[in-house]
Amino acid sequence: MPAIPFRAEVLGAGELVTIELHGDINVAAEAGLAAAYREVGEIGAGAVLLDFTDAAYINSTGIALIVRVLADARRDHREVRACGLSPHYVEIFQITRLSDYMRIIDDRESVTAAELAATTGGQR
Amino acid sequence: MTFIESIRRTIGRGPRADPPAPVRAETAASTPASPSVAIAMAMGPAIEIAPTDPLFAYLQATSGVVDAERLELDSPALAELQAAHVRVIVPLVAQGELIGTLYLGPRLSDQDYSADDRKLLTTLAAQAAPAIRVGQLVREQALEIQTRERLEQEMRVATLIQQQFLPRELPQLPDWQVSAYYGPARAVGGDFYDFIALPDGRIGIVEGDVTDKGVPAALIMARTQSVLRGEAPREMSPAKVLERANEILVPEMPARMFVTCLYMILEPETGRVVFANAGHNLPYVRTADGVVELRATGMPLGLLPGMDYPEHEAVLAPGESILIYSDGLVEAHDRGGEMFGFPRLRQLMATERPGNELLDHLLDELHGFVGQGWDQEDDITLVALQRTGGFGSTSDEVPADTVAVTSVATSPAAVPFGRVLLRASLPGEPGNERLAMDRVAEAVSPLGIAPARLERLKTAVSEAAMNAIEYGSQNDPTIPIELEASVAGDDLVVKITDRGLSGPLGDAEEPDIERKLAGEQKPRGWGLFLIKHMVDAMEVSTHGTGQTVSLTLHLEGAGDASHSVQS
Repeated sequence: MPAIPFRAEVLGAGELVTIELHGDINVAAEAGLAAAYREVGEIGAGAVLLDFTDAAYINSTGIALIVRVLADARRDHREVRACGLSPHYVEIFQITRLSDYMRIIDDRESVTAAELAATTGGQR
Repeated sequence: MTFIESIRRTIGRGPRADPPAPVRAETAASTPASPSVAIAMAMGPAIEIAPTDPLFAYLQATSGVVDAERLELDSPALAELQAAHVRVIVPLVAQGELIGTLYLGPRLSDQDYSADDRKLLTTLAAQAAPAIRVGQLVREQALEIQTRERLEQEMRVATLIQQQFLPRELPQLPDWQVSAYYGPARAVGGDFYDFIALPDGRIGIVEGDVTDKGVPAALIMARTQSVLRGEAPREMSPAKVLERANEILVPEMPARMFVTCLYMILEPETGRVVFANAGHNLPYVRTADGVVELRATGMPLGLLPGMDYPEHEAVLAPGESILIYSDGLVEAHDRGGEMFGFPRLRQLMATERPGNELLDHLLDELHGFVGQGWDQEDDITLVALQRTGGFGSTSDEVPADTVAVTSVATSPAAVPFGRVLLRASLPGEPGNERLAMDRVAEAVSPLGIAPARLERLKTAVSEAAMNAIEYGSQNDPTIPIELEASVAGDDLVVKITDRGLSGPLGDAEEPDIERKLAGEQKPRGWGLFLIKHMVDAMEVSTHGTGQTVSLTLHLEGAGDASHSVQS
């Protein structure tokens, strides 16, 4: 399968903003992911949901980019969640302990307003 | 006596040269494109009238006799003629083209040329010019025929000479059928093949293809074959032979020319072949499981110095056959412009035929495809070897360190011990780790590995390949990485080998997410950590030309023991 160029799309404008991640998350995703997170900061959302549903491939450099988002979010007191991960990448998030610092949910619909209200600001 | 000499005798005498010169007009030996009109004096030097000389244009536009003594033109040729005491010039014009000039010195009586003389000369010129032109054309045609015959004769000799470069006979090997075909598109060609006897009964097999066709390609072909014949007995390594040949040929190679070449050493007794490839078509091997390619890549000879040629091995089992072929076959077009193509060749190769019949069959199919009156576009060279005996009398006992023909089996049970599933070389280009991952996944698909474990293997391969590209090749596409996937007992072993440009991998610091988030560790550094957790074993070995990361995945009774989730 050929490489799929990365693209990030920021959705929502409330307390929870979603970054949809499309394509390959590797070194080429660095600028796009950083820009998307900056946009979340400008919106001022209390939580960000990384949606990996359309992410085709994540390598170790991609993991490092996600670590950077987590570090930035910790600095900004912003919660990070992840959804749409395949079982394989859930496993990788567990092995690397990324899952300790972001709640992994099945899909975007799993996030309810009540749950959001209860957890906003719950960054470890 | 020529008619011009006759003119001189009856009308005039030669110019006052010493001795008195008869006048002879050397007809403008000129073809229509001749740049000048040459006038030769029998007793004096030839006087050329250059096309830029005003006299040339003057004579071309003039009908009748020209009084040379009275003519006033700023013409070097005219000055020379006047100095030679030429009295009259008679231009010979046919179809508006000055094809020659007749000139005469003083009359024998020293009287001026009369009106009758001039009229006679004018009439004569008008009748002579077309006849002279016809004569010129006949002579030109004769010269052309002569030249063509000479060239054809030279080409016949060249063809014979080139045939001497090709093997006069094929190797006679017990349990092997060897056949070859060579069909240049022109009298001589740029393709070649060779069989070179080596120590211990081994045979060097060469097939090459020089860019272009005809004489230039033939000259390069001869040189290349000579170099290979010289180098092959000195080196037992095909890779080294190609490296040496490349170094010799690079400084000699004309611009925009190069040579693709596959060099293979066959051990007839075992069926083992070791080969390296300088940009030639990948050979096809017909196995019991289907037709596969023998993958080996490398830069064509003569392009760039310092090229490496990865060396590969395979074992041809009894019943298996190999076909080495040049572009001329697969790139032949039919009248509708459709190409013969690799898939068609592969399909034809799949049918079991004795080695000698394979080539006949391929050529029959080719001629049927292109139709009658085909103008062969490129040289065609085919070399086929078949190890006689039926399928199935082989390779369950092929040791793991040797190689059976790169093959894709149809079921896990069909993958014997020690069988290599993949050997590939990829450019050391960022992003190709994904290609490496896909190639391995495809190659191991017959093993029926559980999806979750396959995903882990893919991640491990991808990470190892990314390290090899980034550190081993330093992201240079011309420095390849090598992949190998093989089954050894109950294990699948995938090896990723690089050129180690940045030295061996050190012991990476164990990544710690908390320290990374705190900025005490760089965000990167997950590669080796992931690899270790994705496969059952990882081993790094260094060697003379780089390092190899070996990934092992247990195939039988393998649960999910490949890792433990840290929490």
